[in-house]
Amino acid sequence: MAKSDIKFLASPQFGTQQKKYCRFKKAGIKYIDYKDPNYLIKFLNEQGKIMPRRHSGNSLKFQRRVATAIKRARHIALLPYVTDLLK
Amino acid sequence: MIKQYETVFIFTPVLSDSEVKKATQEYQSFLKDGGGSIVAEDLWGMRQLAYPIAKKTTGIYYVLEHMVDGTIIDKLEIKAKRDPNVLRFLTVKLDKHAIKYNDMKRKGEISQFKHKNKASEEADKTEDNG
Repeated sequence: MAKSDIKFLASPQFGTQQKKYCRFKKAGIKYIDYKDPNYLIKFLNEQGKIMPRRHSGNSLKFQRRVATAIKRARHIALLPYVTDLLK
Repeated sequence: MIKQYETVFIFTPVLSDSEVKKATQEYQSFLKDGGGSIVAEDLWGMRQLAYPIAKKTTGIYYVLEHMVDGTIIDKLEIKAKRDPNVLRFLTVKLDKHAIKYNDMKRKGEISQFKHKNKASEEADKTEDNG
């Protein structure tokens, strides 16, 4: 069997990853409000931990700002430090 | 140097409405005495805390935006620390983006702007509110 036939046994999209992007850069958001826990909850996992950049796709600049906002929100008890079943 | 700051206070839930008002007035007048000015204030009211602080599960949130000299901030924080009515506080320096954001939020422009990328169900929610 020729190599070209084997290629079509799997979906053409198989193995190709979608390019991640920073949602803040895309939407033009400059400031992340620490007083809005419903927005910040998107960057937390079920235990209330901050998601890594490889999951959220944030640029370094905005990942830092997200992390700061979450830490501030935790201090004023809008978000928990440790929990289970946050979502 | 005068800069714009934002302070969040969490008052104990045992305070009555008039006592909360008195406490907020106290902090406002303290800042004004120090040569500052109040940009905006926002009393959120009673809110569930994400975790208990000093064995309290609820707190009264109060957000105060002010323009004041940095040396006054130290005094404000000492004052808040010694105040038994304040469970917790947080003072943050606002940069130009934050000032713009807060301005837009006060005018009610922000809910659509910020949640542009959110799921449709949340977009419906903001429309209901507005």
